[in-house]
Formats: sequence, C-alpha cells, structure tokens
Amino acid sequence: MTDPKHPSADTASWFLSTARERLTGLLDPGSFAEFLPPTERAQSPHLALFDLPAAFDDGMVVGRGRLGRRAVLVAAQEGQFMGGTFAEVSGAKLVGLLRAARDDPKLPRIVLLLLDSGGVRLQEANAGELAVAEVMRAIVEARGFGVTVIALVGGRAGAFGGAGLTAATCSRIVISEQGRTGVSGPEVIETNKGVEEFDSQDKALVWSVTGGRNRRLLGGADAYAGDTVAGFRDAVLALIDRAPPFDLVTLRAEQRRLADRIECLGACNSAVEMWVALGIAEPQTIRNLDDAAFAEIVKGLRGAAYEAR
Amino acid sequence: MEILKVHHKTRGPAAGTVGSALVGVVASGNLEVLLERTLADTECTVEIATPVRGYDDVWKAVVAEFVERASPGGLRISINDSGARPDTVMLRLLQGVRTIETGHD
Repeated sequence: MTDPKHPSADTASWFLSTARERLTGLLDPGSFAEFLPPTERAQSPHLALFDLPAAFDDGMVVGRGRLGRRAVLVAAQEGQFMGGTFAEVSGAKLVGLLRAARDDPKLPRIVLLLLDSGGVRLQEANAGELAVAEVMRAIVEARGFGVTVIALVGGRAGAFGGAGLTAATCSRIVISEQGRTGVSGPEVIETNKGVEEFDSQDKALVWSVTGGRNRRLLGGADAYAGDTVAGFRDAVLALIDRAPPFDLVTLRAEQRRLADRIECLGACNSAVEMWVALGIAEPQTIRNLDDAAFAEIVKGLRGAAYEAR
Repeated sequence: MEILKVHHKTRGPAAGTVGSALVGVVASGNLEVLLERTLADTECTVEIATPVRGYDDVWKAVVAEFVERASPGGLRISINDSGARPDTVMLRLLQGVRTIETGHD
C-alpha cells in the first residue's frame, strides 16, 4: 500500500465508487468535514412503514472541504441506496446546505453537487417533490448571490427526474461517458409512450440519447470527464473560475443557445442524426472513440462551445 | 423491520483513536455498519435493523465469531441491513473495525 489515505483513489472509477469514496478521493486529503454525519442518525422516518431499511445518512452526504486548496461546500448522493432519491431527510440536508451558501457569505462560494439519483423517492413522494422544488429555488437564489454551483454527473443512477432538473439549474455541469441525465428516465418513457417510442432495454439507444457524450455534444453539459476521480477533479478545477455570472446577459445567452439547438436539431429522430446536423464527419464512431479523441471532436463544435447556462 | 440487539464482553479495547466509522451502503445484498467508540473498554454492542425476519440465530452466530476474532471493545456497532449474506456481514464488520482502528480501510 503506497498511500494509506488514498489507495489508488485517483484512478478509481467514479461510476463504481460510493458517494463517500467519491468525496474522499475528490477533495484534498483530510479536508472533508461532514455536516449531520451518520452518528447523528438523521435517517428516514418513513421507510420502516414499508418494511424497507433506512440509511444513517439517508443517502445524502453534505459538508465542506477543500479542492485544490479552494474551500468548497459539497453534497453527494448515494445512488446505490434507494436510487439516490430525493426524500424528506435527504432533501432537507441538501436544501439546508444550499440556503446556508446563499445566506452566509463567510461560507465557501463554490458548491459541488455529486448527483447520483433517479429522482424523487416514491415512498416519500410529496416530501421529495417539495425538496426538488426547494433545491432548484435555493440553487437559483444562491447563484444570484454569486455562488457557483457545479453538478458532477457520472454515477450509476445518473441524474434523472428531480436530479436532472437540479442539474439544469446549476452554473456548470460536468459529465462522464457513463453519466446519464435527463428528466424522464428510459423506463418511464417506455412505460408511458410504449416500447416503439423508446426501448429502455436497448442500452446503446439509452446511452446515445441520455449518455454523457451526447449531452456534451449538444451542450447539455459543459465539460466531459474521464470516469475516474482524478478526471472529475481536473474537470471541476478547470471550470471553477469560469462559471458565468447569474444575470440577464447569461439568461439571454442561454435562451439563445436553446433556441438555436431546437432550430438545428428539432427535426432529428436519433442521436446519430443530431451528430450529423452538428457537422460531425464520422458520427458512427462517436461511441468508440477514446476520451482524448472525443475531447478533440468537442473542441469548437457548434452548440458545445458557448457562454451560457 | 426486525430489530436485534446483541451484547458481548470482549478481551480488550479496539485499537486506535478514531471516534467513528461507516462502511458499506444500504443496497440489495449489502449493509452499512456504523461504529462508534462510546462504550467501556471491554463492552461491545451490535444493533441490527433488518427487513429479513427469522435469522436471529445466524446473526448471533456471526456477531459472536466477529467478537472472538476482532475483540472490538468499546464499540457501539449499528447495522442497517438490506438482505446481506452472513459472509458479507462478517467482511463488513471486519472492514469496519479495521477502519476505526486505522482511519482507513
């Protein structure tokens, strides 16, 4: 064992890591201090009604630490516990963190959200829906006070439902190839619209539409990270000082970006058609490129390069 | 939900000075183990919350073997179980003690 504190943390897969492993590897060694740690037992009061086990942190880890010696606030969802869902306690922990960032200028002005969530926890749906609404409002208000909120998407559960909405309100979004984001997840679309509309078992289809590479190409994410803790750390450090101010200019630019996108891609029926419309010479190869070759394609691509969000 | 509490006397205290540790996650076939250094040096309690009923004897046997192997004196151990097998439980308990003794797993 070379480094007892961070055994191979840099090369560990983000996708396969737990929320706590991601935080430990992402932040400067020994810098993480947790708010409402597991010893406080802030866990769901509702799951026992359904004979379901609770978690001591309700699947949400919040706290502060340092990233490249910069002070940051952090929140990480545990995607393996109940799909990383927004519920009464997990939601309140995140809302509390964001409101503290909004209200207390002495706290770090950067918030990192390590999203890994299918959305609202159905067993606590009303509290979860309220939590998502409060999280989005708190992010927007915090940004209005100059706080930079960065979403990191690369976990097993992706960022769907309320987590997809939450990501879309952030200053910046970092995503990996394994990361997926959207509002309605593949199974939800299939259930409501039929398998002809979207086959959730077709993994190539699911990833080509919701996956990190397509989101990056379309401008749905601002940075592409390799699936390692170091990959996410480097991507966040590169973005941290370039987040846009939350003002009318940025909002108008975002509106223009989205209008351009629907004009350019609105008639497309598949991800490959969109990549053709974006001017990518060999769209069929996108899935097979390595990370470095993919990064080359992203450079200067219309829709991927802009100053908005 | 079944709640099971087990109390053991140990040979001596767990090593190290870390106050608490958490290992594992509550996911199907897995469990989380929270360890807190709050008891007297030769005491150890294990409290288990599990949705799977009827395995009290298996839990007690696993915990007894764990206490014999690890001598986790002073530790209050709490488990949220999600249907983990006994071998997984034993590995998590040993990982937990290692983490609270050394500060890392």
